[in-house]
Amino acid sequence: MLGGIGLYLSSPTNREKVLGLLGEHVYLAILPLLIGLAVALPLGALARRGALLRTGTVQASSVLYTVPSLALFVVMPGILGTSITSPANVVVSLAVYTTALLVRPVVDALDAVPGHVVAAAIAMGYRPARRFVAVELPLAVPVLAAGVRVASVSNISLVSVGALIGIGGLGELFTEGFQLRYPAPIVIGILLTLVLALVVDLLLVGLRRLATPWAHAGVGS
Amino acid sequence: MIEFRAVTKCFDGGTVAVDELDLVAQDGEITVFVGPSGCGKTTSLRMVNRMIDPSSGVVAVDGQDVASRPAAELRRGIGYVIQQAGLFPHRSVLDNVATVPRLTGSTRRAARRRAAELLETVGLDPALADRYPAQLSGGQQQRVGVARALAADPPILLMDEPFSAVDPVVRDGLQDELLRLQDELDKTILFVTHDIDEAIRLGDAVAVLRVGGILAQYDPPQRLLAEPADDFVAEFVGKDRGYRGLSFVDSDALPVHDLPLVRLGDQPPCDGWLLAVDAGGRPRGWLEPDSGGGAVTEERLRAGGSLHRSGSPMRGALDAALSSPSGLGVVVDDGGAVVGAVVAEEVLAALRERRPGAA
Ligand SMILES: Nc1ncnc2c1ncn2[C@@H]1O[C@H](COP(=O)(O)OP(=O)(O)O)[C@@H](O)[C@H]1O
Ligand SMILES: [Mg+2]
Repeated sequence: MLGGIGLYLSSPTNREKVLGLLGEHVYLAILPLLIGLAVALPLGALARRGALLRTGTVQASSVLYTVPSLALFVVMPGILGTSITSPANVVVSLAVYTTALLVRPVVDALDAVPGHVVAAAIAMGYRPARRFVAVELPLAVPVLAAGVRVASVSNISLVSVGALIGIGGLGELFTEGFQLRYPAPIVIGILLTLVLALVVDLLLVGLRRLATPWAHAGVGS
Repeated sequence: MIEFRAVTKCFDGGTVAVDELDLVAQDGEITVFVGPSGCGKTTSLRMVNRMIDPSSGVVAVDGQDVASRPAAELRRGIGYVIQQAGLFPHRSVLDNVATVPRLTGSTRRAARRRAAELLETVGLDPALADRYPAQLSGGQQQRVGVARALAADPPILLMDEPFSAVDPVVRDGLQDELLRLQDELDKTILFVTHDIDEAIRLGDAVAVLRVGGILAQYDPPQRLLAEPADDFVAEFVGKDRGYRGLSFVDSDALPVHDLPLVRLGDQPPCDGWLLAVDAGGRPRGWLEPDSGGGAVTEERLRAGGSLHRSGSPMRGALDAALSSPSGLGVVVDDGGAVVGAVVAEEVLAALRERRPGAA
């Protein structure tokens, strides 16, 4: 088994291919994460304007997340007018998933910002947009970060499905392995996907820490 | 000057929080809103900076209806302090205080310089400037809250139960500090509390509200104690109001007697009650009569009662006399050195003298 992997990776062409696919995978997973977050933030903020809006948005987003990913990849070209193998299909589909996955955490995270702090910000004379960016958003980070971590793992695993319709990423190693009846690329694909998910998760934990120094300062230091 | 003209606030759902409130808060004074929970104090306060809009009536600042001014701009000119201080947990103490100057366009540098000055004004150690609010005690947080409200030097300060979440000793200190600050700064302050003692201590004028947002009485505190408008106010003002009213009676006419003193380490010169003092003349405790000879040491002393500072109101004089083991109330000067003694009978006599119809 290990020998098979060694043999596969001993070929410079294969090594280059694996690295290229890894890079694609990162791009296909992370870009939609950023887009999804950028869409979910205002959407979640808007959803908190009224009880009806809130339930509506949260439920719509959870329904959206249950649409099978392969189906979304396949219908996306029809919606976007792109070719079936365009990476845009995966990016947009995953951005939709990320948005669906993040709306609820955004709502929860904003709910978790203490009311008296928001009241104080209003009383200081913050206008709503600046207040959102300068006060509510930074204080929402701890709760929001948990949602972003789930979404990143979800994206990294969903990108592999894209390989079924011939869109790059580590999933191509699976199709290659199946076609050649050769396990090494499959094992490499699985391992790299796992490692990637782990590394991105660690990075996100680090980022959250950087963004919330106030939550870690010792009392009375 | 802040005016409430027939102001009513009725929330969705029908709760009348404030009912036809008519009241004028004078410039440079502390006007206190006091009353039980839910009587509309917070609502009244928040109508001044437009966090809540009245259902009818007008709130005016310096004669101008606040509704005619853009809310954010209006608020930047009105300091606001709330119970849990409402500090921004993600910003350092210094940046919290610099908030409003930053909003009104000061550079970061200028805003922080101003903030550092204010920390000093409210009696905070400059070493705390870089801490986060969670790293401060409750009392320190409230001071930061006050500093933040003062940062843009607003003429008006709204304070909503700012000291209710801290322990009584710290609260005492914060109240003193507020009075000292107000002496210096001369703001127009609306102060909300549910604590009648705090209202009486801080207020130049006190508005007592009852549930339903009805103004029960609006008067200076001594008047509130002496002439409660109705049973509700009398009950709310509470027990001991006769005694508490002494806070507003000066003690200038009260005779101060010489007091037998003994310096710590000296021999007692006679056999009656003796007040032991330290080298600076400050009281240390009482030596009981007939407690024998030998040098006076701290261990031989009984703890003294409260001290009456010369020139302060009658309440302190009476309390000093009543709480002293010898029955002699100790009077001290501003430096804490013993001046003499007062006795309870003479306090009562002085009060009798003041009554109308006294000979
Ligand atoms: N946003 C609101 N919506 C509905 N009712 C409210 C709202 N805010 C306050 N109230 C009600 O108005 C009354 C006065 O509230 P408040 O001004 O907060 O009282 P206080 O500060 O004196 O405790 C209470 O009965 C309270 O429940
Ligand atoms: Mg209140």
